[in-house]
Amino acid sequence: MISITNLTKDYKTKKGTVTGVDNVSLTVNEGEVFGIVGYSGAGKSSLLRCMNLLERPTSGEIRVDGLDLTKLKGERLRQARLKIGMIFQHFYLISQKTVGENVGFALKAAKLPKDQIAKRVDELLEMVGLTDKRDVYPAQLSGGQKQRVGIARALANNPSVLLCDEATSALDPNTTLSILRLLKKINRELNITIVLITHEMNVVKEICDRMAVMQDGRVIEEGDVYDLFSDPKAELTKEFISSVVSFDVPQPILAACTGSVIKVQFKGAVAGEGIITDTVQHFDVKGNFLHGSIEYIQEKPLGLFLMEIQGRPDNIHRAVTYMEGRGATVEVISNGI
Amino acid sequence: MGFDFQHMMELWPDISKAFGETLYMIGVSLAIAIVIGLPLGIVLFVTDKGLFLQNRFVKSVLGFVVNMIRSIPFIILLVALIPLTKMLVDSTIGPAAASVSLSVAAIPFFARIVETSLREIDKGVIEAAVACGATPWMIIKDVLLPEAKAGIVQGITITIISLVAYSAMAGVVGGGGIGDLAIRFGYYRYDNTIMIVTVVILIVLVQILQQLGDWTSKAIDKR
Repeated sequence: MISITNLTKDYKTKKGTVTGVDNVSLTVNEGEVFGIVGYSGAGKSSLLRCMNLLERPTSGEIRVDGLDLTKLKGERLRQARLKIGMIFQHFYLISQKTVGENVGFALKAAKLPKDQIAKRVDELLEMVGLTDKRDVYPAQLSGGQKQRVGIARALANNPSVLLCDEATSALDPNTTLSILRLLKKINRELNITIVLITHEMNVVKEICDRMAVMQDGRVIEEGDVYDLFSDPKAELTKEFISSVVSFDVPQPILAACTGSVIKVQFKGAVAGEGIITDTVQHFDVKGNFLHGSIEYIQEKPLGLFLMEIQGRPDNIHRAVTYMEGRGATVEVISNGI
Repeated sequence: MGFDFQHMMELWPDISKAFGETLYMIGVSLAIAIVIGLPLGIVLFVTDKGLFLQNRFVKSVLGFVVNMIRSIPFIILLVALIPLTKMLVDSTIGPAAASVSLSVAAIPFFARIVETSLREIDKGVIEAAVACGATPWMIIKDVLLPEAKAGIVQGITITIISLVAYSAMAGVVGGGGIGDLAIRFGYYRYDNTIMIVTVVILIVLVQILQQLGDWTSKAIDKR
């Protein structure tokens, strides 16, 4: 759906040229939700803004739905943008126009006749659950409602792609969740490809199928979200993931452990098979949970546990080997005294 | 010589005529300032760097002309524009003649105010409109003007009040109006009564205009 080849975006500043996006190549498949994560300044926002040419890349190619955007200008670029919706962190609604007029603005851009605009506005507002707010001004809406208006506006002309620029970063956790659910629904029911950028791993965990991690303008790691969560390679990816699945156990507790401390990770269906129970039953060891959680990523479980195992060293070793044999990843943090 | 009520009543027909002339000058030059200054202010804004009609040449030429006119003291502009005035209204005295210089001064003044009001708009809102695939005309009509309208109304108020002050200066070249009256009677003839009456009229006029402007600006703002 979107294919980016060797994209570079340089910015000229007083101090010289700064490279915002550095030779990035990326493919977003049709119908998927693709997340781009990175800290601020990593270039993710520049990359996203190149996808509808709000920023013109210095070099490289961006194809959206087969059309090379970098070759377009004026009227043809405008036509292409009708099919690429975008929503923003700060919503950017026209404050002096009603909700209905804000949504209608996008339809007016597509030169739809007036009576059809009214009909489509009602349809869109119903989809985002704001039917009763049509004649209200944005100042009277909550953040979540404003973002819903933004979504209705972005979807007005049945785009094939929806770009989300930190769309939930200004919202509280509950509202974030409801907006993410709405995005997921749009993705599934309307088959709209979504590209979102965020610094919140929870957002990625919640709705993304694939993701890319950016640092200093480059994509340092890219892949299936579940794979990256269960087996991150780059340091930065690990750092981001630890913000969702963190294993901070107070130091005194760890110091008091007399057995071996191990970190066990179960992927997919394995998480539900009771390996730990089996291990404790089969080998002469005692297990003691220090920390643990099962995260559901793309509706697949990913279990992570930190536990202390007490017993004879050879038994512990056999227990670890057994768990690995059953498909778990085991990392020994410290050996018993 | 203090305030003489009798004297004021004697001259009342002159005062009301002068008041009418002042309103005429302000009305005409304000209308021209809006008709030409509003588009000019919009062009100054949208041709700026990073905006959807970015154009350095247009921006710098217009910017230079606007600055040039604005840097000329009004009293000099009044005299310098006499040939133009003669050409346009076939006279160099009277309110119609004074309206020419007042308009020339008010156009760039108002244009800069419009430009400043547009600059107050969050760039993101304009960008969102660009991302929607809107045409430049749509962005001007449906985003820029509505978003800046409260500021533009404030700008009209400021322009009118500046015109009140400038129109008084027009009296120097026989432009007519309250200012002319103040200069002829109050200044040249030491007629304090007329001086006080004209100043009071100007003060009341400005107060009313400012209140009206503030109230309108607030009433139309949906934020």
